Amino acid sequence: MTDLTQLGVKDIRDGVRDGTFTAREVAESLNAAVADAAALNAFIVTTPDHALAAADAVDAARASGETLGAMAGVPIGMKDLFATNGVQTTAASHILEGFTPRYESTVSQKLWDAGAGMLGKLNLDQFAMGSSNETSYFGNVASPWRKDGSNQPMSPGGSSGGSSSAVAARIAPAATGTDTGGSIRQPAAFTGICGIKPTYGRCSRWGVVAFASSLDQAGPMARSVEDCAIMLGAMAGFDPKDSTSLQMDVPDWEGALSADLRGKRVGIPREYRMEGTDQAILDSWEQGKAWLKDAGAEIVDVSLPHTKYALPAYYIIAPAEASSNLARYDGVRYGLRDLPEPGSGAGASGSGLQDMYAATRAAGFGDEVKRRILIGTYVLSAGFYDAYYTQAQKVRALVARDFERAFEQCDVILAPTTPTASFPLGSMNADPLTMYLNDVFAVPASLAGLPAMSVPATINADGLPLGLQLVGRPFDEQGVLNAGLAIQQRAGFAAKPEKWW
Amino acid sequence: MSVDKATVARIASLARIHMEDAELERMVPELNGILEWVEQLGEVDVTGIEPMAAVIPNSLRLRDDVVDADPRTGGGRRADVLANAPVAEHGFFGVPKVIE
Amino acid sequence: MSNYRIQGATGEWEVVIGLEVHAQVTSNSKLFSGAATAFGAEPNSQVSLVDAAMPGMLPVLNRECVRQAVRTGMAIDAQINAWSRFDRKNYFYADLPQGYQISQLYHPIVGEGQLLIEADEKAGIPEDKIIGIERIHIEQDAGKLMHDQHPTMSYVDLNRSGVALMEIVSRPDMRSPAEAGAYVRKLRAILRYVGSCDGNMEEGSMRADVNVSVRRPGEEFGTRTETKNVNSVRFVMQTIEHEAMRQVDVLEAGGKIVQETRLFDPGTGTTRTMRSKEDAHDYRYFPDPDLLPLVLEEDFLAECRASLPELPDAKRTRYTDVLGLTPYNARELTAEVETFARFETLLAETAKAIGKDEAKVATQVANWSLSVAPGVMKAIGDEGDPANATAAAQASILAMADKGEISGGQAKEIFEIVLKTGREPSEIADAEGLKQVSDTGAIEAAVDAIIAANADKVEQYRGGKEALFGFFVGQTMKAMQGKANPGVVNQLLKDKLG
Ligand SMILES: [Mg+2]
Ligand SMILES: [Zn+2]
Repeated sequence: MTDLTQLGVKDIRDGVRDGTFTAREVAESLNAAVADAAALNAFIVTTPDHALAAADAVDAARASGETLGAMAGVPIGMKDLFATNGVQTTAASHILEGFTPRYESTVSQKLWDAGAGMLGKLNLDQFAMGSSNETSYFGNVASPWRKDGSNQPMSPGGSSGGSSSAVAARIAPAATGTDTGGSIRQPAAFTGICGIKPTYGRCSRWGVVAFASSLDQAGPMARSVEDCAIMLGAMAGFDPKDSTSLQMDVPDWEGALSADLRGKRVGIPREYRMEGTDQAILDSWEQGKAWLKDAGAEIVDVSLPHTKYALPAYYIIAPAEASSNLARYDGVRYGLRDLPEPGSGAGASGSGLQDMYAATRAAGFGDEVKRRILIGTYVLSAGFYDAYYTQAQKVRALVARDFERAFEQCDVILAPTTPTASFPLGSMNADPLTMYLNDVFAVPASLAGLPAMSVPATINADGLPLGLQLVGRPFDEQGVLNAGLAIQQRAGFAAKPEKWW
Repeated sequence: MSVDKATVARIASLARIHMEDAELERMVPELNGILEWVEQLGEVDVTGIEPMAAVIPNSLRLRDDVVDADPRTGGGRRADVLANAPVAEHGFFGVPKVIE
Repeated sequence: MSNYRIQGATGEWEVVIGLEVHAQVTSNSKLFSGAATAFGAEPNSQVSLVDAAMPGMLPVLNRECVRQAVRTGMAIDAQINAWSRFDRKNYFYADLPQGYQISQLYHPIVGEGQLLIEADEKAGIPEDKIIGIERIHIEQDAGKLMHDQHPTMSYVDLNRSGVALMEIVSRPDMRSPAEAGAYVRKLRAILRYVGSCDGNMEEGSMRADVNVSVRRPGEEFGTRTETKNVNSVRFVMQTIEHEAMRQVDVLEAGGKIVQETRLFDPGTGTTRTMRSKEDAHDYRYFPDPDLLPLVLEEDFLAECRASLPELPDAKRTRYTDVLGLTPYNARELTAEVETFARFETLLAETAKAIGKDEAKVATQVANWSLSVAPGVMKAIGDEGDPANATAAAQASILAMADKGEISGGQAKEIFEIVLKTGREPSEIADAEGLKQVSDTGAIEAAVDAIIAANADKVEQYRGGKEALFGFFVGQTMKAMQGKANPGVVNQLLKDKLG
């Protein structure tokens, strides 16, 4: 019998529908794989019962002849940024430890409605702030990948590192991710899987713990372009509860998949040739051009002149929004409450309300979260707002305009996802800035709200996967997916991490 | 612009994050590194550019004025609202006494 | 110009006042959530996940709140901004679940407008005065903290959290407590006319932040203080009186005024520093990224305009110019929504009952409404049921009086019975004999008898002692037991006495 853990979304869905295996068999296999992979630390909590209940419902529906949903029988991992009814939701922070929402995020609800089940809540960088999955209160996530001949634990990328690790390790066929400045694409690239961030507003943000509201977008992470198309179709859609939700129909992305790129122009942004980019990455980029050309596309040079400024603009805007979004974690209505000892330090006046806030937030937030809250508070504070925040929003407008102009000359943009392959856990923590630079290629599309995807391309000399990024026009997820499919078919990426966990 | 320890202390207090001296001192160079780096934005000529107001050009949708139209965004669910409260008594959230 | 001055030890001081009035927008549900807004509910029973700022919750704007703010702006002749936006005002407090208030700083929905306060000699407002209104913006109300329910804890009730407010910000154009009082009363009337706020100050539907500074007449503005959440017209005036005096005392003692937030204590009529908000001066406003720009379409604006009622100033002018009422009556009748509504209903009913134009009967109806009817009600107090004073009943009384069927005194008597019993006025008039006799024959007989019985007085009258006319009228009325139509009596006496 086939090892059900090796199957992707489409194969599971089709197999369940066709009766090749039952949804319960799939759920049981994956629950077991999850239980066996504690060493990855990909999950904060596991929910095998949720997966089984969803599977049983699908099997029952099939038995009674009902039409099955797009994700029927597919158990997935849920990034622990999505509120799940009755299941602890923490954003990987101490401040939300034990928080059990009495509501379900729109995206997770849509997935359950489509027949998916939940294997557990996936670890992530705390409040999605990080690019290596080392800022979680619940410990680092290890990538299933290792350098050839090394036992060093590697970063699965971040912030959706639990998601990338689980999908790459075949303990989940797919997982949800969220992308604020590359948090789907960078971990996907690091772990040799696919991940797409749709156009801003495609997936509802309702019930997703906010990091930076104007940037946050949910999206699927899976092992193939087809699987991403299927799962994105189930996640996306207009939600009246989110004012920034796009009031548009969800296209049949899966049905319209086509790797025939004849008549399409692929733009190569010259400013993405940056110093510090690995030669292997540059080589894979060249390879990507050749693959797309082979698929019928015309390759054109485009310019995105403000690329260099996207990352610094992001590191003003995202922390500014975060400093405000995270103000609600104050120990009053949910989560951690810490009362300072009377007579000690700043709490000397007793355990007043403001002292409680300061103590709760000091104890509840990790270092990276505090750092970003402080940056955000500073750039919004009296006298600095225009110099930092307003200037950053103007630069952001210029970054978006760059893309608009580029898309007059091309249909989709091809670029590397990251400047380097994955790195060992603990190797990049000396200076927060070096870590930030990891998102240099991912952030521009985030600032402009564009659909963008990472697909695996090749393996570098260390045996680590490298990803290529595709960026499309607003609402043109199809163009991104199709170009991704063309690369997937030509790259023939079949490498798998060896099981060590 | 660069920050000193006193500024970091003021910002931390505005953000309601208690920080001991050592932590403040550690933060100073980190924040300055980031601030110095983001200040390259000053180079960009933004003459005539409006700050971005909406990521995807769009304007605000308005909701009908109906009470509890959707239970997910309506009231009448005190138990759910108080369920995770560190202190809840008699239907209220409890906080350390405030003197106004 | 107001001549309100504070006499200090070192000379005169002028007080400068600006008001930020927070008015609760009349809406069924909250500004950004579907929870109800009704007053007086069980604690935390009208709180949505959004209002409690649960992780991942998002705001969705209530159309009705936008509409009411726009209509209010139109009612004060203000600029309506077709493009506005919401900003976050960041600060930490237990009544503010999000850690920020969604408000509008940079691009409010309503810009410059104005409001007229009327001359009131007695109150020290010698002439009409225009008070500038800088802006109206929409924002969320906070929850409520209760400090006296537990020895060591404060309790938080979020029922009000997220209720829509309009903040109406005046220019610092007021110069006396009386002007500030008149401004709040006028603003309240406009809001109630428009229907955008119920104006119920006891329930907190309207509160004022009172900005006060003092200066030597003609000099630059001084440093101001802001006294928060003052919830009655009287308290607003007291706040200004106390705060202006306090500031003068500080300045005359060589001190400086600190720009600060203060609290009014209704018990003592004084203000004091508000400790809890001392350090909250850096609000780090920025556009709320959960919300998009608010763009008002032309047809939305047109509907707002079309749905505006006649406003107090226009109504007052119509009452004097078209209905011919005195300025005093016009002002009294237009001050409150209930008053003009009752008046206009009664006016319409009366005009119909009599068969004359409204303008022809308006003065009668106004006098009835402002003095006759309230007088009767007051006199009988609890014995009467105001519910019996229907427009139909009162119109019927006024019509009988207009036709001469009843006298003014009879009208009051009938109204008294109406109030006590709810019976029909015409039935009362018949059954209780409360009718004037207009039958010329009966009156003529009485007149003839009186002329015959008082030949000497007739002689004197005809000799030029015209004052005796009243004697004949009195005698005739007495003979008729007071029920004769005075008009008919007068006419007959004039004819017969020659
Ligand atoms: Mg104020
Ligand atoms: Zn306000």
